[in-house]
Formats: sequence, structure tokens, C-alpha cells
Amino acid sequence: MRLLANKIFLALSVLSAMIGLAFLAWILITLFIKGLGSFHFSLFLNDLIDGGLRNLIIGQFILAGLAAALGIPLGMAAGIYIQEYGKGRYASLIRDLSDIMMSAPSIVIGAFVYAVIVVPTGGTSGFAGAIALAIMMIPVVINTTDNMLSLVPRELREAGIALGASKYRVILDIVIKAAKVGIMTGILLAFARIIGETAPLLFTSETSNYFSLDLTQSFPSLTVSIYDLANEPEESSRDLAWAASFILTVLVLIINLTGRFITRNKD
Amino acid sequence: MTVMNIKKFSFTYPKVEHPSLRNITLPIKKNKITALIGPSGCGKSTLLRSMNRIHDIYPGNKYDGKIELLDEESGKMRNILNIKKENEFIELRQQVGMIFQKPTPFPMSIFDNVAYGLKIAGLKNKTELADRVEQALKDGALWKEVHDRLGKSAMGLSGGQQQRLCIARAVAVKPEVLLFDEPTSALDPISTGAIEELLVELKKDVSIAIVTHNMQQASRISDYTAFMYLGDLVEYDKTENIFLNPKEKKTEDYITGRFG
Amino acid sequence: MEKIFQKLSISSATLVFVILVGIFLTLFSAAKPAIDEFGFDFITNPDWNKEVTISETTAPVVVEDMSDEIVDEDDMILDEDDDVMFDEDEEDVMTKTIYGGLVPIVGTILTTLIALAFALPIAMGIAVFLAEIAPKNISHIVGIAIELLAAIPSIIFGMWGLYYFAPIVADLVGGYQVSLLTAGLVLGVMILPFMAAITRDSMNTTPGVLKESAYALGATKFEVIKDIIFPYSKTGIIGSIILALGRALGETMAVAFLIGSIFVLPTAINSPTISIPVAMANNFGEASGLGESALFYLALILFIISFAVISIAKFYFLKKAH
Repeated sequence: MRLLANKIFLALSVLSAMIGLAFLAWILITLFIKGLGSFHFSLFLNDLIDGGLRNLIIGQFILAGLAAALGIPLGMAAGIYIQEYGKGRYASLIRDLSDIMMSAPSIVIGAFVYAVIVVPTGGTSGFAGAIALAIMMIPVVINTTDNMLSLVPRELREAGIALGASKYRVILDIVIKAAKVGIMTGILLAFARIIGETAPLLFTSETSNYFSLDLTQSFPSLTVSIYDLANEPEESSRDLAWAASFILTVLVLIINLTGRFITRNKD
Repeated sequence: MTVMNIKKFSFTYPKVEHPSLRNITLPIKKNKITALIGPSGCGKSTLLRSMNRIHDIYPGNKYDGKIELLDEESGKMRNILNIKKENEFIELRQQVGMIFQKPTPFPMSIFDNVAYGLKIAGLKNKTELADRVEQALKDGALWKEVHDRLGKSAMGLSGGQQQRLCIARAVAVKPEVLLFDEPTSALDPISTGAIEELLVELKKDVSIAIVTHNMQQASRISDYTAFMYLGDLVEYDKTENIFLNPKEKKTEDYITGRFG
Repeated sequence: MEKIFQKLSISSATLVFVILVGIFLTLFSAAKPAIDEFGFDFITNPDWNKEVTISETTAPVVVEDMSDEIVDEDDMILDEDDDVMFDEDEEDVMTKTIYGGLVPIVGTILTTLIALAFALPIAMGIAVFLAEIAPKNISHIVGIAIELLAAIPSIIFGMWGLYYFAPIVADLVGGYQVSLLTAGLVLGVMILPFMAAITRDSMNTTPGVLKESAYALGATKFEVIKDIIFPYSKTGIIGSIILALGRALGETMAVAFLIGSIFVLPTAINSPTISIPVAMANNFGEASGLGESALFYLALILFIISFAVISIAKFYFLKKAH
């Protein structure tokens, strides 16, 4: 009887894992079929106004890139503070607040940026969208920096100090170097996450049908456009949305897997 | 001749009621090896770590008494417990180096590891750096094994080699005193032997203080030995006297293995 | 140089604090007009964007829905909130637009609960599989696959959910394709990997010696998991559930595709309705004045609920040793 219960339980567990994998496969296969079906290389050459995706892809990268340019240094500096300089309660508080923000609703962050940037500047802009994405990225970078630095053994820092290095040199030359790989993976995963975001961009940078490098106006976004296209009645818009979804997912998965690949070599 | 003078030194860790070291008076003799021995918790590592003030990377310690270091240029002794400014700390640690129990190679090439202390001290000239690195690696008995792969990562070395690398790194800045905190307890017997030989060679140029829980090691390589127990210095003498003719009962009990 | 570095570092850390407080204050101040106007009734009132008459002495009576009326200019008066009121000379009756957040609040909570109910058993099963059943290399690969599921952007879940998953659910259960149920289920698929990963990590903290002692007594794998591992990692598991709940509350894009987006209280599990993030996503563009303020009121409520739920998960259940 006990053995039977055991067998059933184990079978259910394996079944759950298979269900999980099945969903993954289902989604990826769907994307593949529908996406590839509407895919052709001209998508990379034309902008949305001409039925292509070029401006959207480039735009999404620019938004995410700008967000990363803001979010990575700020997040790392804050993570360094918490782990290396923090004196107890304040550092713990920041760490906790950052953890909470990691799970905060992305649309609320969009609303916040709308109120503090879009409204005062009179309109949507690429800058606003990038800032919204940066706010989402910072807590993740803090978390990964904090965790990776905590794995560096105490003696390594002491050895640096014992040679007469000042604290910031020990941090930059030795500790960060030692945690480099883990931090890079964390950053890549964070980047993969924000490049797939839609909600924070909806009313901060919206999107655009045209190719644009002007961050002071509405800025082309792959994710926001997928939402718009999917809501349009025409079949062709839907097909384009699928092609865009396919490309977005491939991009996100490549970045994500690259991040994991870097760490795997360390083992 | 004395290179470091510890006088009535007491030490209390932050937020702790009782001192971990009480009224320690002890000289570190120039170009000699002084061993600090005693059972776990006697304070030998605490004392060693006071000599380069590495405790102070964690704030809140309490000190009493004096630790005087000989300034080689002026010939005068100055109390290192008075140091408060960042640059004075840096200077102290360039004069008093430390090697830890666990080998701590930095995540860089072998060359960069050994050169690190020199670079942060401001040495930029490439030829001079290369010469100093080579000399240090020779002093550290590692040159023969690594001279053809100085650009390779230090993480690829064996445990014993990594520890010798740390020694070479510390020696490169030409300190007055070198502090060794149980340097061989994480190593195999052969590497241990190599490092013990190295220490005896090194004392020609540096004064050495070594913490060890291995009594045989202390009796093999040290010239002077200090026996500590529960934060007190019980006995300090020439090594032969400590081991063959201890004055205190506690010392004798420890040496003969009755406890510890 | 050391000082500069320290200052930069602490400023960045303080920025986090500033942003969080900033979000709260901004939402609050943008929501204030709506808070002043509706007070706590906002939470219990199901009428969104409803035109309501107020006569001088009696309580408001619903007259008509304002959405597509052609406006007669003579009859328009703007009150302090910039709400359009009609002064119809013959009947001398005033109207105003009211907003009530009950429907999106209910929608948010119900979709999250459905997601949780769906995901919980599967996530637990996956965690058990990864932690205790699968051999190391399979566990590693399957683990990565599950994490890839988490990496898929939410809008993709929306697309797939709407065109592939929802029709199947509608066939099985009947009713609309866009509904509370389909939104909840897809939300469940989205929080699956997260719950599974944290639960697995919690289970892995169980000391090996504890498990071995149980096996040594002749326990089956099921019994070891049930009697040793789960109780040991109980707080971590509960924490993962609550944290997943916190995240699900704020999910926008997938739910936007699937919930139906109408401000109507669901009458059955497969009725279309709306959630807070979706209400915001759909209406922010055109909203202004009191309507926009009402959306910020919703955002504030969502922010507070999420913050509370996540904090509970963190502080009571997911205490990490640093």
C-alpha cells in the first residue's frame, strides 16, 4: 500500500514536470509555426509603415540598451554599497526594498514614469520609456551583484587590504573581478527580461510606425506594437504580430541562454 | 635587535564584553622567526592580526597598550595603534605583510598577482616591475615553476604553488615584517615542507611572526616561541628553552600534549 | 578617490529608496482627486464611468451612460473637476461621472487565485521532480527548460493564450474564450516556473543527513518528501506561493489579451471581466481629469496590495541568511 502511494506520487511528479515542459513546447512550437509562416527577410528591411519590423526591433534594442546604460552602473554601485560598504540596518533596508521592487507590477512603474516625466514634458518619449525600463532593471542588477559579491571569500578581501590596497581598489581590482562571471550572467538575464517588457512602455514611449532615433518623441517598440497589431481586425496585422512575437522570443531566449552559457563554463 | 615591540597590549572585539587579549608584552626580533603557539581560542591569530591592524577593516575594536614598529629609515619606534588615517594604514601594511591560512590568489595572471602590491604603491616602470616580480618569485621559490607562464591565471596553480605565490606577492613590496597565519594547515605535507624551507630562507631579509597549531613546525623552524592561553601570554623564550625546558607548568602541559 | 567611490555607491543605493517612496507619493498625489471624490466607496462601487444624476435633495439616480451621446453645447457646464455636467433646463437636473473600482479589484484578485489554484499542484510536482526524483543531469536540463518558460515575455503568453489556449478551454468548459478563467489559467502557466524554482531551492536546503536517516529507517521517497522535506522547507514553500501571488497581481499583458476588458462583475468563472492592470493599460491613453485620477487610484491600490503581499512573503517566510 505504501509502495503504491509512493509510485502514484512519483508518477504525478513526473507528470507535472512533463506538463511544464509541454507548455513550453506548445508555446515555442506555436511561435515557430505561426511566426515562421509570416516570416520573410524583408521584415528586417522595412519599417512598420511598410509592413516590416525593422524600426521596431532597432527601437526595442535602443530602449533596452539605454535602460541598461542607466541601470547597470546604478544597480552595481548600489549592490556594491549593500555588500561592501553597508553598515547594517540601512544596507539591509535598501536590500529589502530592492527585493520588493523586483516583484512590483510593471504597469505601476509605467504609471509612475508617466506622472513624473511624460506629463511634465508634455508627451511620450523614448527617454521616458527607457527610464521606466531602467527602474525595472536596477533591482535585478542589485540583487545579482549583491549575491555574487557575497560569494567571494572574506580572505580575498583581507589579502588585498594586507598588501596596502585601499577599499575601493580591493573592490574593483579583486572582488568584482572574482565575481565577474556571475555578475555578467545576472546582467544578461536582466537585459533579456526588460527587452521583452511591454507594460512599462505602453504610455511612456508608446510606439511608432516610422524609423526613429529621436528619443524625445514616441519611440518604436516591438512589444507595444505586437499589442497594437494583435488588436487590429485585419488578418495581415495578426500575422505580422506573430512574426514579431517569434522574433522577440528568439531574441530573448538567445540572450538568456548566452547568459547561462557563460556561467556553465565556470563549472 | 627588535623590529616590533608589543607592550602591555590588550584587545577587545567590537560589541564584546571581555578582552580577547590581556596585557601581552612580547618582542619580535629582527631577521628571526617568532612562533605563536597555543590551543584553539588562545588569541594567537588575534594577536597576529593586530600587528598589521587588519582587524580595523571591521570597525569598533578596542585597543590598550602599545605596539611599536621600527621605522627603518629613522631608526625610531612608533606606535602603530595610533594610526587613524587611511594613508597611514596603507603604509603600515606595506611594511608589515600578511599571508593567510587559505591561499588567496587574486583573479589575475601570475605576473599581475605578484605585481599588484607594487602597482598600487605607484610603481609604473615596466622593466622595473618585471625585475621585481622575477626577484620576488625567486625569493618565493616559485620562479622555476612559473617563469614560462607568467601570463596565465593564478587560479590554475596547485594549492602549494598558490601559497608560494601569495608569499612572493607579499615579499615583492619588501616589507620589514611578514605575518603568517597558519600558512601550511591547508596544504599537503610536501608543500608544507617546501614552505617551511622557504621561511627559513626568507628570514635573512624579513622578520617573521608565524601562528601555528603544529608544535613540530614551531620547533623546527622558529628561533623564538610564545605560548599563549586564553588571551594571556604564558611564556616567551628561545624556542629550545620552550620545548626542552619550559618554565611554566601550563607550557609544559601543552608541549607534552596534555591538552590542546 | 576612495571617498568619491563611497559616495557614488551610497547615492545609488539611496536612489532605490527614493524611487520607491517616489512611486508611492506620485501615485497618491495623482489619485488624490479621485480619493477625495469617492473615498473608500471606490473599492465597493462597481460602476465605472457611469453618468449619474444628482438632484438637489435626493441621492444619485442612474440616468444614462455617457459614452456615445452627442453633446448639445448649450447644455454643457464644466464643474471644478472638469466633469461635463448637463443642465437640462426643463428638468433642472445635474449629472456627473462616477468611477468605482470594484470590478477591476475583484478581477485582479480572482484571476490571481485561479492562477494559484492551477499552478500550485503542478509547480510542487515540478519542484519535487527537480529536487528529489530526477538524476542530476536531467534535473539540470529540465530545470533550465522550466526557467526558459519564465523567460518568455508576457505578451507572448497573451498571443498564444488568446489564439491557442483559450479556444481549447472554451471548448472544454463552454462560454466565452476571453474570461476570468482563461486569464487565470494562462497567468498560472506564467507563475509556474517561479513557484517551482523557489520551492525546489527551499527543498534543497534540507540537510542530507536528515533525509538519509529517514531512508535508513525504510521510508519511501514519498514519505521522506511528505514527512521530512516538506515540513522542513515549509516556510520557504509558503513564501514562494505568496511571492508568486504578489507577482501575478501585477501581470498585465497576458491578462489584457484574455480577460475580456469589460467593467462587469463576473457572474460565472467563465465570464469576461477586467483587472486593475488591464483597466490601466486600456484606458490610460484616453483618460483625463477625474477618469485619469481614478486610474491612478486603482494603481495605488494595486501597488499597496502588491507591496503588502510581497513584504509578507519576504519577511515571514523567505528569510535569507546573509
